[in-house]
Amino acid sequence: MRNAHGKAFVFGDDVNTDVILPGKYLNVTDPVELASHCMESEDPEFTAKAQPGDIMIAGKNFGCGSSREHAPLSIKYLGISCVIAPTFARIFFRNALNIGLPILECEEAAANISAGDVVSVDFTTGVIVDETTGRSFQAEPFPPFMQNLISCGGLVNYSKEKIERRKP
Amino acid sequence: MGMTATQKIIAAHAGLDSVAAGQLVEARLDIVMGNDITIALAVPEFRRSGAEKVFDSDKVVVVLDHFAPNKDIKAAMQCKVCREFARENGLTHFYDVGRMGIEHALLPEQGIVAPGEMIIGGDSHTCTYGAVGAFSTGVGSTDLAMGMATGENWFKVPSAILFRLTGKPGKWVCGKDVMLHIIGRIGVDGALYRSMEFTGDGVAALSMDDRFSITNMAIEAGAKNALFPVDDTCRAYLDAHCSKQWTAYEADPDAEYEQVIDIDLSSIRPTVAFPHLPSNTRTIDEVGTVELDQVFIGSCTNGRMEDMATAAHILRGHRVSDRLRVIVIPATPSIYKECMEKGYIGIFLDAGCAVSTPTCGACLGGHMGILAEGEKCLSTTNRNFVGRMGHTASEVYLCSPAVAAASAIAGRIVSPETIDIEGDD
Repeated sequence: MRNAHGKAFVFGDDVNTDVILPGKYLNVTDPVELASHCMESEDPEFTAKAQPGDIMIAGKNFGCGSSREHAPLSIKYLGISCVIAPTFARIFFRNALNIGLPILECEEAAANISAGDVVSVDFTTGVIVDETTGRSFQAEPFPPFMQNLISCGGLVNYSKEKIERRKP
Repeated sequence: MGMTATQKIIAAHAGLDSVAAGQLVEARLDIVMGNDITIALAVPEFRRSGAEKVFDSDKVVVVLDHFAPNKDIKAAMQCKVCREFARENGLTHFYDVGRMGIEHALLPEQGIVAPGEMIIGGDSHTCTYGAVGAFSTGVGSTDLAMGMATGENWFKVPSAILFRLTGKPGKWVCGKDVMLHIIGRIGVDGALYRSMEFTGDGVAALSMDDRFSITNMAIEAGAKNALFPVDDTCRAYLDAHCSKQWTAYEADPDAEYEQVIDIDLSSIRPTVAFPHLPSNTRTIDEVGTVELDQVFIGSCTNGRMEDMATAAHILRGHRVSDRLRVIVIPATPSIYKECMEKGYIGIFLDAGCAVSTPTCGACLGGHMGILAEGEKCLSTTNRNFVGRMGHTASEVYLCSPAVAAASAIAGRIVSPETIDIEGDD
């Protein structure tokens, strides 16, 4: 899978799905339109400032709350290449991987990377490098099946073969 | 090493003799459920996967409850996608406006979920069905789509926290207070990735509606699922609602728990979660003066019959405060009808409340009770995040139906103990 490289945007603990993508936009299914509202109640300028490839750094329990896949979709289609946090809420964790948005749990990286730092991530090794400060951090790398699932674009593409097999 | 009750259900559905915490397994699903928000996003993924039909038309459940009755044209288009999908697949359990209720009240009431089952739902509050002894957890739309297509999904076997309940709750304390108390103690990630399993003599003191409120909010502690034992109270409920064959699972005596927490139900006071986290709790004795603009009674957490009965009991013969508006939503058509037959709807209307057909709308800031800038709402719902019910500068306070009804009369957050109640000493 492709590695990540971009500027860091830093958020706090317990960033919830109502903040990532408010309920009033759940009548939208177009991921590009969803991306235009990503994090707007926390930082209305975020969608304008974030460039393709940029990285979100957050505190514990990122993505808590609703099961809305609209939340990780809005992040992915904004062009964010990776989210790094000490822990993720479990439904968000599954949803992100299932749609092919890489996320990594790494407490040390989350605590030490500052807003605006340039960060690179190697998903094969789990190594996160803050190029601005020169510090590097080790996250648990994805097992090969999960790297495969993410790089083929998520669970649907990954499951196609299985579904074909079920057909009479 | 022994297994928790959750682990036993997972092992049985994975075709394994035993599983251990942390293990990844593929498991067979008994029920896959979605609503108008999550099915609308799952249908394109379902089609893209090459699937033509759902794995079993009796086991896929679609409930149009979030933005239905259609709140606007975009919502109408989403509901249309769901309606077409449900008809195309000949779903036995498709609930549209008129028969639709809020999913987590509706599925147990209709006997669709049973003990020992493995259930996923495209809604985070799917954890509710643990009250009837099922493994049940929320998923996103891609998991939902693949669950509908294959009847299977992958799971990481959770470890567990055991909650040992003792004592009986006081007069104005219900399941909601118990769960707010627990979340206040352990935090919004206190049970992250884990099961919350309940046991102890105190379980018998909780009604099924109490248990549904408790398991419903397990997600607010970050949990994967919550589970109550199948006892006499649960069996009586199932006899009245569910005609499926089922198997109840109990934890092994040597099951391993990451943590054991003792809760004395008699020590819990009516509890309110202040903005902007469900864990930001205070007892009713510590709330101070919070004047309100809106009170909401309903939702998948507290829109059931006992919730309506409690609210009606307190509101009977009273008028709600002039400074606020009160919205009451019985969670299913049969609850609505029973409220009518028992005279509760008349009590609500005489008190000055609006009463609506079932919808999740207000709880997630969709429609039917959106808050303006600076407004405060006391709500029997489950989340009080920034902007949850409307403007980002509005505030949501979470509580039980009893506290909500009493506060509706007072115009500010108060204990039901401060209200003169007809027929009470």
